[in-house]
Amino acid sequence: MALSINRGEKLSTIKLTFVQYGILLMMLGLAAGLWRLQVLNVESYRVLAEQNRIRKEPILAPRGKLFDRESRLVVDNYPSVTCFLVREQSRNVDADLPIIAHGLDLDLDQLRATLHHYRSQPGYQPIPIKQDVTADEQAFIAAHRNELPELETIDEERRLYPRDGFAAHLIGYVGEVSEDDLNNPRFAYYEPGDVVGKAGVEETYDELLRGQDGSREVVVDSRGREVGYFGIEHAQPGQDLRLTIDNDLQRAAELALGDRNGAIVAMDPRNGEILAMVSRPSFDPNAFAVKIDRTEWNKLITDPDHPLLNKAIQAQLAPGSTFKILMSVAGLQEGIAQNMHIVCNGGWGPYGYYHHCDEHHGAVDIYNAIPYSCDTFYYMLGDKLGIDRIVKYADEFGYGQKTGIDLPGEQAGLMPSPDWLIKNFHHRWYPDETLDVSIGQGAVEATPIQLARIIGGIASGGHMVRPHVVFPNELPADFYKSLQDSFPGTGDAYVPIDPANWDIITNGMFEVVQPGLYHTAGADGLPGIDFGGKTGTAQQMSHEALEKTNKGRATFPNVWFVGVTPRRNPELVVAVLWQDGEFSYYPARIGAKVVEAFVNKKRRLAGNLPPEKAAAPVDVGAVWTEPDSKPGAKSASAPRIHSGHFYVDGNGVVAENVPAAKARPQHEARPASAQPDTNSRPGSNARRGTNPRPATPVRNASELAALTPERRKEQ
Amino acid sequence: MAVRRFLSFRDFDWALLGLVLLLCAMSVLEVHSATVHTKFASFGTRQIFWIGAGMVGMFVLAKIDYHRLLDISPWLYGFFVLSLVAVKVAGHKALGARRWISFGSFQFQPSEWVKLVLILAVARYFANLGGRNLTWREIFKAFILVGVPMILVLIQPDLGTTLTYAPILVAGLFLGGINLKQAAILIVCGAILIGGAWSSGKILKPYQKARLTSFINPSNDPHGSGYQVLQSEIAVGSGGVWGKGLEKGTQTQGYFLPIPYTDFIFAAFSEEHGFVGAFFILLLYFLILMRLIQNAQTAADLPGSLIIMGIVAVLTFQIAVNVGMVIGLMPVTGIPLPLMSYGGSSVLFTFLALGVAMNVRMRRFVN
Repeated sequence: MALSINRGEKLSTIKLTFVQYGILLMMLGLAAGLWRLQVLNVESYRVLAEQNRIRKEPILAPRGKLFDRESRLVVDNYPSVTCFLVREQSRNVDADLPIIAHGLDLDLDQLRATLHHYRSQPGYQPIPIKQDVTADEQAFIAAHRNELPELETIDEERRLYPRDGFAAHLIGYVGEVSEDDLNNPRFAYYEPGDVVGKAGVEETYDELLRGQDGSREVVVDSRGREVGYFGIEHAQPGQDLRLTIDNDLQRAAELALGDRNGAIVAMDPRNGEILAMVSRPSFDPNAFAVKIDRTEWNKLITDPDHPLLNKAIQAQLAPGSTFKILMSVAGLQEGIAQNMHIVCNGGWGPYGYYHHCDEHHGAVDIYNAIPYSCDTFYYMLGDKLGIDRIVKYADEFGYGQKTGIDLPGEQAGLMPSPDWLIKNFHHRWYPDETLDVSIGQGAVEATPIQLARIIGGIASGGHMVRPHVVFPNELPADFYKSLQDSFPGTGDAYVPIDPANWDIITNGMFEVVQPGLYHTAGADGLPGIDFGGKTGTAQQMSHEALEKTNKGRATFPNVWFVGVTPRRNPELVVAVLWQDGEFSYYPARIGAKVVEAFVNKKRRLAGNLPPEKAAAPVDVGAVWTEPDSKPGAKSASAPRIHSGHFYVDGNGVVAENVPAAKARPQHEARPASAQPDTNSRPGSNARRGTNPRPATPVRNASELAALTPERRKEQ
Repeated sequence: MAVRRFLSFRDFDWALLGLVLLLCAMSVLEVHSATVHTKFASFGTRQIFWIGAGMVGMFVLAKIDYHRLLDISPWLYGFFVLSLVAVKVAGHKALGARRWISFGSFQFQPSEWVKLVLILAVARYFANLGGRNLTWREIFKAFILVGVPMILVLIQPDLGTTLTYAPILVAGLFLGGINLKQAAILIVCGAILIGGAWSSGKILKPYQKARLTSFINPSNDPHGSGYQVLQSEIAVGSGGVWGKGLEKGTQTQGYFLPIPYTDFIFAAFSEEHGFVGAFFILLLYFLILMRLIQNAQTAADLPGSLIIMGIVAVLTFQIAVNVGMVIGLMPVTGIPLPLMSYGGSSVLFTFLALGVAMNVRMRRFVN
């Protein structure tokens, strides 16, 4: 075989030279390629390489906390871990699901449904499967990193709101910024995925509360595993805000209103600081901090009682007889009411249509018209004044205009006038309509905050203030300026009232709650407390129509009470609205409770009242700060701040040995250093010792309401 | 032939060996650098063992007269074609492809050896034709000779190795005496065939197609097929002129570069040693290839020249495709860089091929 091989020939040199040049050309080509990458474009590839290994991870700025006026914690943040599933990182997601469901305590079907929902998303898209992952579940994820590489966790700071909707409408809630918000120039500083305030203080003061997110340059490998970090740009935490509300008074107001459909506003009429603001029904803002369940959301927005509506500033309803305070001011200032001495025979009908009064009051003048709330007197007064003069006074005091409170969504109410009627209904004002307006019915509408400002202002001799929930002097000046522009309203105003007339009106308001025939809230006076007010009953249907229907509660009148204490130059004005409440002395009783709590607290702080008898512990919600029993000691010892699930006794001192609730992770008190040993406070110890009964957990507002002082006395 | 052949290791190409060992040193350095922080940290040492084994094989092969190898090449060819069939039937499935046969604990990948056998077989075939003009019949036979193992390897499937067989045939045809007209016709037919195979979708698997096309625009799919090309380009480009330094390549050390110790070792080297280092490697390759061609020129007879030129063709093809892939000029095909990439089969093949080349050189004065 070897013989057959031809050995005589040689390869032609030309061909080999050709090959040599070919190889040289190829090498030059490759070198040129290297030159292009490594010399010509080195900078752009360096940038790409940097991006490759350095990932910018945001450090979320903790949102500013909210405190009450005595620097007690109201809204806190807590670290929370969310678990994501990244399908791309899994070998076989479907096979892993039962293990994941078991380990994370999830419903397998629901987990499957969640994945099904995201099925069209790309595989690298993280799917949130569980929020608020517990320590045990985190341990499960960490322990199964190799078997379940698709599970990832993200640390976040979440909002922790008080439970049971404590001040929920005033505080508001946060949520992910919506598409619409992003297109709004007001939210120019937002990025998709940002958490923003959606209501209440959280929305108004979002710019201050949100802080500035930082970032961390993490060195990662191509699998995204962190191998170290470079630069760190620290997050600027959001600014803490001190609210004007007083936790004690807020709590008293929450308890007083119970689960009645309505609202309470308690305000200091000297400076406009809102001390308490309640709206019912309430909602749990914590449900928004975690992604809100769809069914829960539907329940909230379809509820006929509108739980998300802050009725304190958004309920526009006929003010009813509370409007008679303004009528009295107008009548007295115009010199008409002083000289009116009328006989009430159950109504008046000079224009062919008979307007009823609730009673046959007999002889009525301005001194007893207010406590009687005699409609006949005000029909006649209104007729004498005429609509133009009523409208003039109503405008001056702020009916039909926003107050300018620093909360989103305030409604203006409505003050009808001949101009308004022509513009909207194209017919002239008929004098008979003045009679309805005179008793706060007809087209008149007002909000609780408006009534608090107006009636508090009248009781203060005409000095009206702009309500607010955050201390303006604690805000950056330019922010406060833009805030005032964003929330226009009547604001601070002075409408002089003659001192004699002022006396007549405030004395009349005092008489309202004093015992007496026809006095509308005669049983609701507070012995030893200078307290006045005005009730209001606004019918939703005429007497005739009411007789024909039997629609139950929905046809009951909305009832109002606006109280002040003391009666002149008050330190507190409280407006109470109970929708479908039927009788106006009900809200008067609610308002009296708030007034009583306010006065008692002042007296206790001044040492004029023995410490309140210990009552059964009350579950107040997620965050609570123990009140400091020693006046003026606020700066000396830091208050005990609790967040988590716990119970307080009647003095607001946290009860010990209460089993931690399972539903919510327990968050330890913070700051730890600011928590003195309870034994160093003999007062609180002694009180705790007098508590014989174990705590009963309270789950909703109605149970809270049931724990009124009367019931506590039984225990 | 009863002539006693005179041969001496004085005629061994020590300069070529020096260049090769310099390249091997670079390889060990980079394999070590690319794996030192991974679970493959022992690969640098293992590469030294492979090189040592390759050197032994090279010297052994250099001792055997290449005419003897040519004589047995038909038997070798038959054996390896059968073993390729065996792999398909009883092979070891790894990463979805059957490329290995296990004999006890020893794993055997015949497709690498087939390369060497094909070089010999093709050299023998064209040497017998004597360098005169080829007929169509002879060209067709050459295609059958190379085509059978190509198809057997392609269905394993191993596209990269399949492609490395092609330059053996091309070199054989070119040096064996194909004329311009025939070459033109073949190129046109080849283009039509490849186009047909591409669109039929049966011969190439989708991932093979994707790898072949993604190099044209890797950023289209930065996480799929194009990812490797893009990461490789970033590694090379960010190396700059002087490189980032040994064990300091962020792309290499950070797992961004795919398999930085085998197919993408040139990218790793370029990142850590820059344009200067990469150019040095290319220069070494160029010198080695020139040295081999010189050996082919000085070979005693036509089959010796054809053997060396077959080796040159395979090495040139592998260098062009691998470096081209690393710098984004060629598709990702999984062809290792000879003498640089980590791996026993690749190192052994190259050294054995060099052994055969040495063999030819040592016998250049024999006749």
